[in-house]
Amino acid sequence: MKFLRSFLDKHRPAFEKGGRLQSLHSLFAGIEAFLYVPDRVTRSGCAIRDAVDLKRTMSVVVVALLPALLFGMYNVGYQHHLATGGGGDFWSMFLHGFARVLPLIIVSYAVGLGIEFAAAQLRGHEINEGFLVTGLLIPMVMPVTAPLWMVGLSTAFAVIIGKEIFGGTGMNIWNPALLARAFFFFSYPSRMSGDKVWVDGLPDGMSVATPLAEASQGEAFAHDLGTMFWGLVPGSVGETSAFCILLGAALLLVTGVGSWKIMTAVAIGGAGMALLLQQALPETNPYSQVTVARHLLSGGFAFGAIFMATDPVTAAQTSAGKWVYGLLVGVMAILIRALNPGYPEGMMLAILLMNTFAPLIDWCVVQQNIRRRMKRGVSHVNRQPT
Amino acid sequence: MKIPLLLGPLSKNNPILAQILGICSALAVTAKMEPALVMGVSVTAVTALASLILSALRDAIPNRVRIIVQLVVVSALVIIIDQLLKAFAYDASKQLSVFVGLIITNCIIMGRVEAFALANKPWPSLLDGVGNGLGYAIILLLVAFFRELLGSGALFGARVIPEALYERGYANNGLMILPPAALILVGVIIWIHRARNKELIES
Repeated sequence: MKFLRSFLDKHRPAFEKGGRLQSLHSLFAGIEAFLYVPDRVTRSGCAIRDAVDLKRTMSVVVVALLPALLFGMYNVGYQHHLATGGGGDFWSMFLHGFARVLPLIIVSYAVGLGIEFAAAQLRGHEINEGFLVTGLLIPMVMPVTAPLWMVGLSTAFAVIIGKEIFGGTGMNIWNPALLARAFFFFSYPSRMSGDKVWVDGLPDGMSVATPLAEASQGEAFAHDLGTMFWGLVPGSVGETSAFCILLGAALLLVTGVGSWKIMTAVAIGGAGMALLLQQALPETNPYSQVTVARHLLSGGFAFGAIFMATDPVTAAQTSAGKWVYGLLVGVMAILIRALNPGYPEGMMLAILLMNTFAPLIDWCVVQQNIRRRMKRGVSHVNRQPT
Repeated sequence: MKIPLLLGPLSKNNPILAQILGICSALAVTAKMEPALVMGVSVTAVTALASLILSALRDAIPNRVRIIVQLVVVSALVIIIDQLLKAFAYDASKQLSVFVGLIITNCIIMGRVEAFALANKPWPSLLDGVGNGLGYAIILLLVAFFRELLGSGALFGARVIPEALYERGYANNGLMILPPAALILVGVIIWIHRARNKELIES
């Protein structure tokens, strides 16, 4: 590792004031801050900082995403072999998926980081690590057959319109990865929904239904709950395996990076709504046959609840607000699934909708708190002897 | 001499970009170039004539009933335009449907009459009306250009993106057909407009 340090030190003068590459100084600073802990100390105010900075937080989330990502790669190969009838051992399936998913990841990072670097350069800001997680989330919520240029365009839209306009990392209203998916979904619907896009190399004329498609069509369920839990079903790259997502969730909870309140609230809201619809919908509606467990295990529900709804920037910040926000995400997701025939999956739209309302929820909670304290203060004053 | 009246609204004082007026129809009729053009021309005609007529009448209108008089004049003009479109541009009138009648609700028209025509002579009022109408039309056409090009691969209904590109995997962007795309595009245009005219940026 020493050569890396000496390499950076050797080239530092070129990026400093008056150097040849002065205009790229934020690129240099960004790379250095990514590789090493900066040696700068605070000059004013609070001098003690938590060791868990943005970089550490982001790295934890990336590690938490790895099980679902690696399983997603394997599943891509598995679904491909299943559809084409070809056999293969574990490694051939994994490598097939790896080769298909890697380009998506590269495109997402190249486009997103390129824009972030350019924006930082333009504004004279430092580059920060905000895109590390987003860049990995984007390929994980796409179908594996997504054309690369569409992924790149969606990423560019999300980073420019969703994030840089609002002032960059930490200022955005909506989760950038979901915004990329929403842009893709509304721009190229035939590439993001239906029964042809979820399996790589699907032979002509063949179609594969995801568990959600089966639920909305009222077909017999081809996937049992066990398969759905372990994740060997067609779907977006990273969303299929509830087991691997829960592994990630465990890491997020142990490190305190993800909010257990939001995760729990989303699950409760979704389960409650699923139960209600199961009872309330008429027999003829296919969703009256879908059990709670099937709802929670299918589509992007688990992935959204663990990795998307808990995004610390776009979720509600107050403790009570997190419960309200999470419950409504779960409720809306199931509601959109069951009652809107246009969208078989509701998780993306539910989270984006609640992202929009998160500041309002927080505002209400804070106002409520102020009112309560005011009241307490007034009654306290009244008890004073006059 | 009166050039700023005519050209101001085309650039810096654009009614859509600087005053955020007339947004509703800008979202509704800009999926294609043709209806956007017809709409732009119609609004320009109504704004210009309404400003001219009401400016000529301004000394005869009692202040208390001025809004009603304005409405009568503007709605008469809108009905004339609507009938003209139905007679000579039936297809475009069909596409615009209710939005021709709704020109009367376009804030630019009443806004210019209230803010300018009632306090100025007819000639400057006409120029102001034409300028604001054209400023509105330009933005409509700009938004419609991108929406039709990216959303349908065409301009004025004629295919411009070559078939070869589609065969190589290009696809029309469905989001561009939906109204939110117009909102996003207008937002981006306002962004560029303010970046170029710093004095418009609110503190």
